[in-house]
Amino acid sequence: MHRRGTAAIRNALTRCMLPAILAALTTTDALATAPVCDSGTAPSPTMFAPRSVPAELILDLSWLVWAICAGIFLIMEALIIWCIVKYRRSKDDRTEAPQVYGSNPIELAWTVVPTLIVFVLFLVSARTIFEIDKSTPPEGSLEITVVGHQWWWEFDYPEYGFITANELHVPLTRNGERVSIYLTLESNDVIHSFWVPQLGGKKDVVPNHINHLWLEPTMPGTYVGQCAEYCGTQHANMLITVVVHPEEDFEAWVAHQQKDAVHDMSVATGRDLFLRTACINCHTIRGTVANGSFAPDLTHLMSRSVIGAGVARNTPANLHSWVDDPQILKPGCRMPSMKLDQNGVDEIVKYLLTLK
Amino acid sequence: MTTLDHPGNPTRIKPTFLGRMHEWIATADHKKLGVMYVTTGLIFFLIGGLEATMMRWQLAVPGSTLLSPSDFNRLFTMHGTTMVFLVGMPILLGVANYFVPLQIGARDLAFPRLNAFGFWLFFFGGLLLYFSYFGAQGLYGMGSAPDVGWFAYAPLTERTYSRGHSTDYWILGLLVSSFGSIATGINLITTILTMRCRGMTLMKMPLLVWLMLIDAVLIMIAMPPLAAAQVMLLFDRLLGAHFFDVQGGGSAILWQNLFWFFGHPEVYILILPAFAYVSEIIPVFCRKVIFGYPLMVAATVSIGFISLGVWVHHLFALGLSPMVNTIFMGSTMLIAIPTGIKMFNWVGTMVGGKIRFDTPMLFSTGFLALFLIGGLTGIMLSVVPFDWQVSDSYFVVGHFHYVLFGGLVFSIFAAIYYWFPKVTGRMMNEALGKWQFWLLFLGFNLTFGPMHVSGMLGMPRRIYTYHADRGWDLWNLLSSIGVLVQIAGVAFFVWNVIHSLRKGREAGADPWDAWTLEWSTASPPPDYNFEEIPEVYSRRPLWDIKHPDDPDWKYE
Repeated sequence: MHRRGTAAIRNALTRCMLPAILAALTTTDALATAPVCDSGTAPSPTMFAPRSVPAELILDLSWLVWAICAGIFLIMEALIIWCIVKYRRSKDDRTEAPQVYGSNPIELAWTVVPTLIVFVLFLVSARTIFEIDKSTPPEGSLEITVVGHQWWWEFDYPEYGFITANELHVPLTRNGERVSIYLTLESNDVIHSFWVPQLGGKKDVVPNHINHLWLEPTMPGTYVGQCAEYCGTQHANMLITVVVHPEEDFEAWVAHQQKDAVHDMSVATGRDLFLRTACINCHTIRGTVANGSFAPDLTHLMSRSVIGAGVARNTPANLHSWVDDPQILKPGCRMPSMKLDQNGVDEIVKYLLTLK
Repeated sequence: MTTLDHPGNPTRIKPTFLGRMHEWIATADHKKLGVMYVTTGLIFFLIGGLEATMMRWQLAVPGSTLLSPSDFNRLFTMHGTTMVFLVGMPILLGVANYFVPLQIGARDLAFPRLNAFGFWLFFFGGLLLYFSYFGAQGLYGMGSAPDVGWFAYAPLTERTYSRGHSTDYWILGLLVSSFGSIATGINLITTILTMRCRGMTLMKMPLLVWLMLIDAVLIMIAMPPLAAAQVMLLFDRLLGAHFFDVQGGGSAILWQNLFWFFGHPEVYILILPAFAYVSEIIPVFCRKVIFGYPLMVAATVSIGFISLGVWVHHLFALGLSPMVNTIFMGSTMLIAIPTGIKMFNWVGTMVGGKIRFDTPMLFSTGFLALFLIGGLTGIMLSVVPFDWQVSDSYFVVGHFHYVLFGGLVFSIFAAIYYWFPKVTGRMMNEALGKWQFWLLFLGFNLTFGPMHVSGMLGMPRRIYTYHADRGWDLWNLLSSIGVLVQIAGVAFFVWNVIHSLRKGREAGADPWDAWTLEWSTASPPPDYNFEEIPEVYSRRPLWDIKHPDDPDWKYE
C-alpha cells in the first residue's frame, strides 16, 4: 500500500547520486535490527531506516520533496555562480550596464512554474497526511495509553490490565498478522512530544487534549526516540525505548508483566523499609501497599534496561546511586533524595533488584 | 568621528562628555535614534552570540557536564529571545528609522518624540529581561533568567512549573519592548504614507521603503496578539486566572495559537528588511536597475498577506485535525511563490550587470546563496508528514538559522557596510570586510549545515546533553567547530568598525555611485537632512541626475 510512484524516484536517486551520503546516514541499519535491549547500546533514531508503515510513508514522500528541492537548489545556485563569474565587472570598466527594467513573459514564467510545482507537492503531501493521521484505531489494533510526565513516560495497557514505564513493548504480529499499534497520548503536566523516528513522525502529548498516534512496526527490534517538545529541566533525559517483539515473545512478556511483584523473604528488611518510607506515595509495586501514581511503576523494575527514563543503564551501581540521591544522575528530576543512611540504601536496592 | 566639519553642520565648540550624552539621550532625531537602535542591537548580538557559543561548547561532545541543565535551558531561552527581540527588531527598526525619511526626502519621522519613546521602551525592556539574571529569584529563591524557551509554551510557564519570577521578567521585558515596536510601526506607516517628497508616488518609492511599509503593517497586526497573550499569562501567574492553566480547565493550545499568530508574521517582520537591504544593494553593485519592480512590490504585499495565514505550520505535530493541517500546508507552500519571485528577480538583476564585489555585494550574494537554502528547507518543513519527523528537531534549528542568520544577519552586514559611509562619513575597510565575509560564510555553513543531518538522525532541539550511542557526535562536533570560525569572523567585524570609525577613508556624499535620495545629501547627513526638500520623477532620482540623456522616468 505504501509503494507508490515516489519509490521509482527514490530508487533512481539511490542508485545514481546518493549512495555515499546514504552510506553515512544508514550505517545504523544493521544495529536497528539487532536485539540490543539489554546490551546498553541503542541504534541511532534515524528517519532513514524506517521500521514501521507510517515512517516508510513519510520517507517515501520525503524523497520526492528532497528531489524537488535539490533540483531547485542546483539550478538557482548554478545561476548565482554563473552570474558571479560571467558578469563580474572588469577593473577599468566605469560604464553602466544596459538597464533592463523587467520582462513580463519571463516574470510570468517564474511565477507560474513554481505555482505548478507547489500544486503537485501539495496534492501528493495531502494524500500522505490523510493516510497517516488516523482518528480511529485500525481494525484489530493494540491500543496503548501513553502518559507524559516530567520527565518520564507511563505506558498503560488497558487490554492487559497493567502499567509500565519508559520502555514500550509491542508485538509485531497477532494471530500471525501484522498489527497496528494505536497510541492514545495524554499528558499529566506540561506538553511533551512522542517521537521514535524509525517508527513514525512525532505527535505532541498535550494536557487537556487527547491525541492519537498510529504505528505499524514491520520488523522486530529495539528502537529509540525521545521527548521532542521542550518540557523543562530534564527534557534531554526523557528517552523512549520501543521494543518490537515477535508474537510469542510479546505474549511471554505480557504474562510476566501481569504478575504481581515477587515476594522474596531474603530482602524483607529492604522491602519493609521501602513500604515505611515516602516511596509508596509516588511508586506502585503491585502486591504491596505501594500504590502511588506520580512516578514509574516498579513492579517489574528489573525487567527494564534503563532507569530515570534512559538517563542511565539499569545496573546495581546506578540503582544504588539513584536511590541514594537521584539528583546526581538526573539533576532537577522530581524525585528527592530520601536521606537514608547507607545501610538503608543498600537494603532498598537489594529489594529492588528482586523485582524482576 | 568627524561630525563637526562637514558642510551643513556649522562648526561649534567641542561639546563636553556630559553634553554629548545629553545630546544622545534627549534626542528625537531619527538618525541618532537609528544609530542607537543599531548599536544596541549589535551589542545584544554579541551577548546572544556568547550564549550560543556556550551552548555549542556544551554540545560539542556527548554527555558533557560543563553546564547544568538549568543553565543550558536559560541560555537557549535567552539566546532565542535576545536574537529575535533585542537584535533583529532594533536593527531593522534602526535602519528604517535612519533611511526611510532619507529615502523619501523627509526631514524626520512623523512623530519624532514617539520615536524616541519607542527606542527607550525597547532599551529598558531589554535591560529588564536581562535583569532577571539578578532579580528573578523571588521568594522561593527559585530560578534566575527565564528557562521556558523563546516561545514559552504554556503550561510550562504557569506558576506550577515555573516558580520564582523568571517568566514574569520574560513577559514584562518583552511586553515593554513590543510596545516600543508597535509605536515605531505606527510612526513608520504614517511617515511613509504622508511625508514623501513631491513626485514620489507609491510606485516610485524605493523598494526599501515599500518593504518597511509592509513590515510596519505586519508589526501593527502581529505584536498586539503577543502583548495580549502575555498579559493573559501574567494574569494566570499573578492573579490566579486560568487562560492557559490546564489544571484549572485552561488551554495549552490557545497559547500556541496566540503566540504563533504573532510568531510567524514575526519571522517575516524580520526577513522583509533583509529583502529590503539586498533590494537596494544588488542593483547598485550590478550597475543595473532592479528587475521587475512592480512584481517585486506585488510579491512583497502578497508575502505580507499570506504570512498572516500560515501560523499553524508551527503546530503540525500538535494533533489538530488532518484537514486543518492540510489547509495550512497549502497556505505555507503558497508563500514560496512570491518568495521565489523575489529570488528570481534579484538574480535577474545580476544577469547582464557589471557586478562589483565590494563587501556589501559579497554579503548580499551570500544572502542569496544561504537564504535560498533556508527557503528550500522551509518548503520541506511545510510538507506536513516530513514536518512530523523533523519538527522540533535540529533540522528546524538549521532551517531557521539559514533564514535568520544566513538571510537576515548576512543582509544586516551588507547593510552596515553599505550605509556605514553615509552614517559616519567614513568607509569601512574592504580587506577586513572580505576576511569577515569568508570566515562567517565558512563558519556559518560548518555550524548550521550539519544541524540538518543531526535533526534527521533524530536529535531534538533544546536538549542540554545527549548519549554517545545515537550517531550525533560527529555532526555536533562540526557545528561547535564552526562556531569558532564564526567568532573569528565577528572579531574582524568589531575590529573593522572600531578601526574605520577612527581611521576610515573619507567617504564623501556618494561613495557607491548610488541612486536613491540618501546619497544626495552629505555624509553624515545634517540634522535637517536636506537643505531643500527634493522633488523626484522616477524611482532612481540620482540616476536621472547622473544620466540626463537617459532618465528612468522615460521607462517607468
